[in-house]
Amino acid sequence: MTDFPLLTLLTFLPLLGAALIATIRGPAEDVARGARAMALFVGLCTLALAAFAWAAFDPAQPGFQFTERHAWFPALGLTYAMGVDGVSLPFILLTALLIPACVVASWRSITQRVREYMMAFLALETCMIGAFCALDTVLFYVFFEATLIPMFLIIGVWGGPRRVYAAYKFFLYTLAGSVLMLAALIALYALADGQTFIPALMAAPPALPLAVQCALFAGLFASFAVKMPLWPLHTWLPDAHVEAPTAGSVILAGVLLKMGGYGFLRLALPVLPEASAFLAPALFALGCVGIVWTSLIALTARDMKVLIAYSSVAHMGFVVIGLFSGTQEGLEGAVFQMVSHGLVSAALFLCVGVLYDRLHTREIARYGAIAGNMPRFAVLAMVFTLAAVGLPGTSGFVGEILVLLGAWAAAPVVAAVAGLGLILSVAYMLRLYNGVFFGPRENLDAACMRDLTKREAWVLGILAALILALGVQPALLTHVTGPAVAALLAQPG
Amino acid sequence: MEVLAVFLPLAAFLAVGAGSQRGLPDAGAAFLACVAVLASAAISTWLFLDIAIGGNDGRIVSLAPFIEVGVLRVDWTLRVDALSVTMMAVVTAVSAAVHIYAIGYMRGDPGFARFMAYLSLFTFAMLALVTADNLVQLFFGWEGVGLASYLLIGFYNAKPSANAAAIKAFVMNRVGDLGLVLAMCWAFAAFGTLSFDGIFAAAQSVPGWALNGMALLLLIGAAGKSAQLGLHTWLPDAMEGPTPVSALIHAATMVTAGVFLLARMSPLLAHAPEALMIVTALGAATAFVAATIALVQTDIKRVIAYSTMSQLGYMVLAIGVGAYGAAVFHLVTHAFFKALLFLGAGAVIHAMGGKQDMRRMGALRGKLPWTYALMWVGVLALAGVPPLAGYFSKDAILEAAFAGAWPAFAVGIAAAVMTAFYGARVMILTFHGSARWAEGAHPHEAPPVMLGPLWFLAAGAVVAGILFYDVLVGTGPNECDTLKGHVGNFISTGCLWRAERFWDGTLAQAMPEGAHHVAFWVKALPTAAALLGLGLAVWLYQTAGARAARVAVAAPWLYRLFLHKWYFDEAWRAAFLRPALRLGAAFAGPGDRGTIDRFGPDGAAAASHRGALSLSAAQSGVLSHYALTMVVALAALLAWTLLGG
Repeated sequence: MTDFPLLTLLTFLPLLGAALIATIRGPAEDVARGARAMALFVGLCTLALAAFAWAAFDPAQPGFQFTERHAWFPALGLTYAMGVDGVSLPFILLTALLIPACVVASWRSITQRVREYMMAFLALETCMIGAFCALDTVLFYVFFEATLIPMFLIIGVWGGPRRVYAAYKFFLYTLAGSVLMLAALIALYALADGQTFIPALMAAPPALPLAVQCALFAGLFASFAVKMPLWPLHTWLPDAHVEAPTAGSVILAGVLLKMGGYGFLRLALPVLPEASAFLAPALFALGCVGIVWTSLIALTARDMKVLIAYSSVAHMGFVVIGLFSGTQEGLEGAVFQMVSHGLVSAALFLCVGVLYDRLHTREIARYGAIAGNMPRFAVLAMVFTLAAVGLPGTSGFVGEILVLLGAWAAAPVVAAVAGLGLILSVAYMLRLYNGVFFGPRENLDAACMRDLTKREAWVLGILAALILALGVQPALLTHVTGPAVAALLAQPG
Repeated sequence: MEVLAVFLPLAAFLAVGAGSQRGLPDAGAAFLACVAVLASAAISTWLFLDIAIGGNDGRIVSLAPFIEVGVLRVDWTLRVDALSVTMMAVVTAVSAAVHIYAIGYMRGDPGFARFMAYLSLFTFAMLALVTADNLVQLFFGWEGVGLASYLLIGFYNAKPSANAAAIKAFVMNRVGDLGLVLAMCWAFAAFGTLSFDGIFAAAQSVPGWALNGMALLLLIGAAGKSAQLGLHTWLPDAMEGPTPVSALIHAATMVTAGVFLLARMSPLLAHAPEALMIVTALGAATAFVAATIALVQTDIKRVIAYSTMSQLGYMVLAIGVGAYGAAVFHLVTHAFFKALLFLGAGAVIHAMGGKQDMRRMGALRGKLPWTYALMWVGVLALAGVPPLAGYFSKDAILEAAFAGAWPAFAVGIAAAVMTAFYGARVMILTFHGSARWAEGAHPHEAPPVMLGPLWFLAAGAVVAGILFYDVLVGTGPNECDTLKGHVGNFISTGCLWRAERFWDGTLAQAMPEGAHHVAFWVKALPTAAALLGLGLAVWLYQTAGARAARVAVAAPWLYRLFLHKWYFDEAWRAAFLRPALRLGAAFAGPGDRGTIDRFGPDGAAAASHRGALSLSAAQSGVLSHYALTMVVALAALLAWTLLGG
């Protein structure tokens, strides 16, 4: 097992697929068809490989598994180091699961430059999986920041009318964070005697004065907080979501936001433990303000994507609170919440896509009373809505309750303020659901829409099944994340 | 057995729900749902008798692990003990009656199968709630009940008012839910477990202020579900749902959840005396305020809805004075007569073609003789006229209140007068007096499928008090010791276990000790209050309401206060809803766009644009400018090197 470069294969298989798609030649129609089929095929192969990794992974074994390590820049001591543990593996599977969903969701709705579109998604998959596998700080940085390019193109080329503004806003925020993270990583490299191997940094965090740790933390924070996003660095997200094509929103909400949380978990918490503990109150404050602030905005949103985008920020507020709670419940809750939100928000954006494909508007008021003509869609969307509000029995509940338990242990007031999100989420999500699915039959074009196609029903059905399965049997996920989180908490400092 | 009792309704929900999307005929949906809930009711009754008569101990059935994270260990379990079997029996009995009634009431509705599926889901969620062995699973049922009520209140989802009521119910409930969630957090931090036995075993090891804090958070949770003053505004609006739903919500599956929660947690509450005083006060206030509102409403369902709220106030009051058995007892009896009243009101509404305004009724007693007679049974039971069910349970509560907190007793008596009054008022306005029907109304008696459940519930409203008094709140020796395990003996001797043996530590206590030694006048006063209220109603409304109208004119501000429901809706809208929306708009506009964007990315972009412009201005193309710049720069560089070096 140790010899086979499973993670390298998993990471670069999508890129290989993208290269193959680039070679497709012929009439535009054939190219488009070939690109779709090839992208789906490669996506499914990657998913199979990720599922294999999940099955072969042994949660009981401590440390990283499937590790690979080769010299990369020997002069600088950089290595190409890959490996997964219980907190990175779920995200890899999530990524591999959502990419085929994105391809399927774009099957009919993308007609321009299909080949390039599919290539962008596969390249993005390579970057994301690579970031989750990387065990070298510089390698992590490269993958992490490389996601910016395909995502920038997806929004900027295949986006809506204000796509250029949205893409540049996304770019500006991310770039600013990226520069600061790079500075922090270079400083860390210098301060840790050239050590870039993450497991080594985790095992023996460099003994640095608190002030230095805080400075390094600030650099990492800039990048991760933008990605998550944390209030007040969130304003790129609604624009990016609104302008991005459906699949772009799916992958953005489903995986890219999680990379911020993952970054905190992989780098900031274990390598800078004192700064993390010292700054936890500040992060709690940002999380709490973010939850209330963005939930209230979601309450007034008219555009579905704006609403879900703001609700994403609120859910990520829970994640950051859990991450810095310093308790097993809170940390596992944060990971669970990220995976759950990855499934739920992806599903919700797919639902918006279903509606947009039919009526070409995302304004809630233009819909209404469609439960009658789209009963199957109504049931599935209800499941996702309930998961978004954290109803027990769905995955959303497990993450939220664990985070709140952890938050209470850290500071009861944080749990109380974050808990307001529970109330507000019901208000805005039901306003959305009732506005779209119920109400008087006034918008006749909406009332004539056809129910889900087979393709749509399969994708949404699988997501709904996963959300319910995780809600009833959270151990499906926690048996993998549990030991890794416990190991993280047991660290020195 | 208990697995079947709990999961049959879930199976019915899934089967009927899936069937409703694939053209399952209404008869099939009705059959599946009714058979499931009837079977569940039969098993639940058997489980109840097994413990109440058989004297068997409770047990905990473990189904599967649920959440295992850190030190948190939560399982999917079924807890079968005295409290849960009592609740199961009541919930399934009322639910079965409502299911059957709905066959008649909802006949021909295009959403018939969906409706049946929701009813079954509602029942399942409530059963999951009452059989929980830990707070997390209880919360699962708790939220499931909230979901089902949202779906059912908004059943006529083309109506904007139904949608608004459905969302309101869910959101108001969530306010309470937050209390329960935080109580859970606190309990976990204090006890390291969320299972009931674990919490109760460690209850005394935790300082009193923490227990009081948890108790108050639990009270907030209970107040949301059980419509206590402040979080009650969803309950009257909940009648936007079809009438069988109102019966189910008000009698068995929803509003009782809060009282159940407090009863379940009574071993913890018993150590939080200060919090219990607040529980008492809130219960008494709820009983009183709701009763005043019920006095003047003209919508038949709204009167009954406020009556529910008032009776829930009694139950919470009972919890507050430590009469946990009496709270559950009143919950049981109330379930019967309140379901009866709602289903009776449904029969009236059905007969009047959907009209609910009592000012447009009157003289219906000739047209609906059975409904009329059965509803009187319900009203008298509600008023607490002996020997009907409400008499026993309300008496028990008021005696305990007298022993524990006499102001609560006084408020309870006042509410009892009003209870009898508004009950009789409903009957007089609906069935007596002159016919004030709208044009084209053809009132008719309900079909047997609707009357049958009424008969069953009326029987319960008559005998539930006598039957369950001893077992739920009775005192004295257990003379039934010899009957252990023999249902047959019960039938021949009519003997049940006494409360202490029945509850067997499930509740902190059935009744406070003082309640058994109150003076005769305390026992008699509730009955006198009921008779006074009935008499007042007859006197005021016998003359076509002329006297009542004079009373309203004599105290206009009081009348308006009651009519507008003490302005709670208006106050909440002004205090929370409107500020929330205004804040949301402010955060989106001046906040995100006006501040964060302006000084963040847009500002940076504009600044770099300006910078670029000024830089390009420097490229003026004039040679002397460049020369000057070079000289200045060189000089600066030279100076820096010389001085720095």
